[in-house]
Amino acid sequence: MTMKALTGNHAVSEAVKLARVEVIAAYPITPQTTMVEKLAEMVDKGELEAKMIRVESEHSALAATLGAAAAGARAFTATSSHGLLYMHEVLWWTAGARIPVVMAVAARAIGPPWNIHVEHSDVMDQRDTGWIISVAQENQEAFDLTLQAFRISEDPRVYLPMIVTLDGFILSHTVAPVDIPSQEEVDNWLPPRRQPYVITPESNVVMGNIASDEDYFMMRYSIQAAMKAAKQVISEVDLEYGKAFGRSYGGLVECYRCDDADYVIVITGSWAGDAKKAADMLRDKGVRAGVARIRFVRPWPEEDLRDKLSNKKGVIVFDRSVSFGSYGQLFSDTAATLYGTKVSMRGVIAGLGGVDVRPDDIMSEVMDFVGRVEEVGLVYEPQRWMLPKKYAQVGKEVGL
Amino acid sequence: MPIRLADLPRRRYGMPGNAACPGCPETMGLRYVKMALGDNVVLVIPAGCSSVIQGIVPKSGINFPVLNIVFASAASSAAGMEAAFEMMGKNYNVVVWAGDGGTADIGFQSMSGAAERNDNIIYICVDNEAYMNTGIQRSGLTPYGAWTTTTYAGKTEKKKPLPFIMIAHNVPYVATASVGYPQDFIEKLRKAASIKGFKYIHLHAPCPIGWRFDPGLTAKIAQLAVQTGVFPLFEYENGKFRLSSYSGMYRNPQKRAPLAEYLKLQGRFQPVLKDPEKLKGLQEEIDAMWRWIEMLEKYGPQALK
Repeated sequence: MTMKALTGNHAVSEAVKLARVEVIAAYPITPQTTMVEKLAEMVDKGELEAKMIRVESEHSALAATLGAAAAGARAFTATSSHGLLYMHEVLWWTAGARIPVVMAVAARAIGPPWNIHVEHSDVMDQRDTGWIISVAQENQEAFDLTLQAFRISEDPRVYLPMIVTLDGFILSHTVAPVDIPSQEEVDNWLPPRRQPYVITPESNVVMGNIASDEDYFMMRYSIQAAMKAAKQVISEVDLEYGKAFGRSYGGLVECYRCDDADYVIVITGSWAGDAKKAADMLRDKGVRAGVARIRFVRPWPEEDLRDKLSNKKGVIVFDRSVSFGSYGQLFSDTAATLYGTKVSMRGVIAGLGGVDVRPDDIMSEVMDFVGRVEEVGLVYEPQRWMLPKKYAQVGKEVGL
Repeated sequence: MPIRLADLPRRRYGMPGNAACPGCPETMGLRYVKMALGDNVVLVIPAGCSSVIQGIVPKSGINFPVLNIVFASAASSAAGMEAAFEMMGKNYNVVVWAGDGGTADIGFQSMSGAAERNDNIIYICVDNEAYMNTGIQRSGLTPYGAWTTTTYAGKTEKKKPLPFIMIAHNVPYVATASVGYPQDFIEKLRKAASIKGFKYIHLHAPCPIGWRFDPGLTAKIAQLAVQTGVFPLFEYENGKFRLSSYSGMYRNPQKRAPLAEYLKLQGRFQPVLKDPEKLKGLQEEIDAMWRWIEMLEKYGPQALK
């Protein structure tokens, strides 16, 4: 193992190289670009024996990745924001075909107006496509998740494609130390590619033609069953990765000081680090707070969360995205998970378009929530918008 | 090399009782693909009639390995497959089999990208001149004046000159072919398979349902398209353009069969037959195509520079 100072994007590139990916297809979009630039450089220098397809769009990027994977190659692509939305159709097609593929997403806001900064709307928009969706907190985890993604998606119990999300600029472009295992260590840990079907002239397999309504229905059912099985696989892979490389994250959810907590912050992505800092600060103020960091948005860690949160006084969910006309996506899933319990809940929408949210902002929102719970007992406030400071007055007018 | 019918394989590549309409040109064309290339083929098929002709999984009405893929991205999926095969050291023919809509309209971007990258695939556009699978709506390749369900009074725009657009991409091989001339098509497919890089074959495929003609006439109509000069057969190979032998004599308009003979057999050309202005528009479309040919014969690729 060696320590390298890497941006999140380059950390992912290193993992892709160590996974011996054979085909990469990608189209540039900020803030993903440096990831595939690095891969292109590795291929051109002969450090990575792979074919790089420099496609003319993201729609084609994922279609080419799917084509390569259907033919039996380990394949990778990456994108962001509008690129991911443009791919959306092919995301359905990849998961529906049960083709293991790995994609990195440097999470970014969606226009209009143009905004290149961090937000989770792009990746949350893909929740229903049948992809496993993981979210990293740090560069090291982005590296680890990318390597694990091949193992998870190519597991015969799963055979689903997987997204590794890393927050745009905050991780994608920020340099941090990353522990990189050797090629030999990775080769020992990551088995050769496995997949359910390979299309070649010899296999004579037909993929994706019309099915009866009943068969279609059952294929959808099989994706749901695979998502369920994936929970077990993700936990196993996390443990085995820990044994091999010394890092485990606790499966689908990472719990930070939540065992003895009265109040738990549910959050995902890089700002979970700020939430942990806020929890420490809250404890200094006498509020027993913890953080349940969602590492996997899909499959949704329902059992873990219910187990960890159902006896708490309050759960406050921070979403960096919103389903317009409804709530933050993490809030909706958390509320469904906690249905029937006596846990107070609040959903907070914050940090859209990269608006800065600091540990003290999170702390004061939690303090406010704690005050409400102490005052009225059971609280259910599904959406409060943490507006940028100069617009703080607007929220009162609109009533969110 | 001339193709002798007796030397062609006799195996069934389109299964009896498949989901194609009577007189379907696509099953004819698919059969020729395998007659030409043997079993060393993987098909990539975007949305279209051919994704239906295969029938219902787990069976398939055609004897091919197939990756069915979203409408817009057949060429890029094929490029991905080819890249995978190349990494494995396999020399398979990755063939895109796409309709005119999937090629000239929604799939144009990905095809143009694959052509520009010179990806090593054979792209076949099966041109039945409208969106037949969804019920005969106009496409970029519907001829001027033709009736479709979205051009009730006849199409008001001209057919996109796609083979010439592909020649302008400067790929190693571009050809037109017709289901009415199987030997010519098979010859061109075999030539395409022998060339590394992006190969484009534009296959004319008269559709009895969409064009409103008797399903027994598919081959005849296809041949008439060539004999009237509506659909000339040609090849462009490494910078050299030439008319195929079947179309050579029709360079001279005097030698062509009368256009009306082609039009009157088809219900879709009623607006053209009734309106001399529309007929003039269609004739202009055909003349423009022959001007392209003349120019390419005279100047070669310089014509495009």
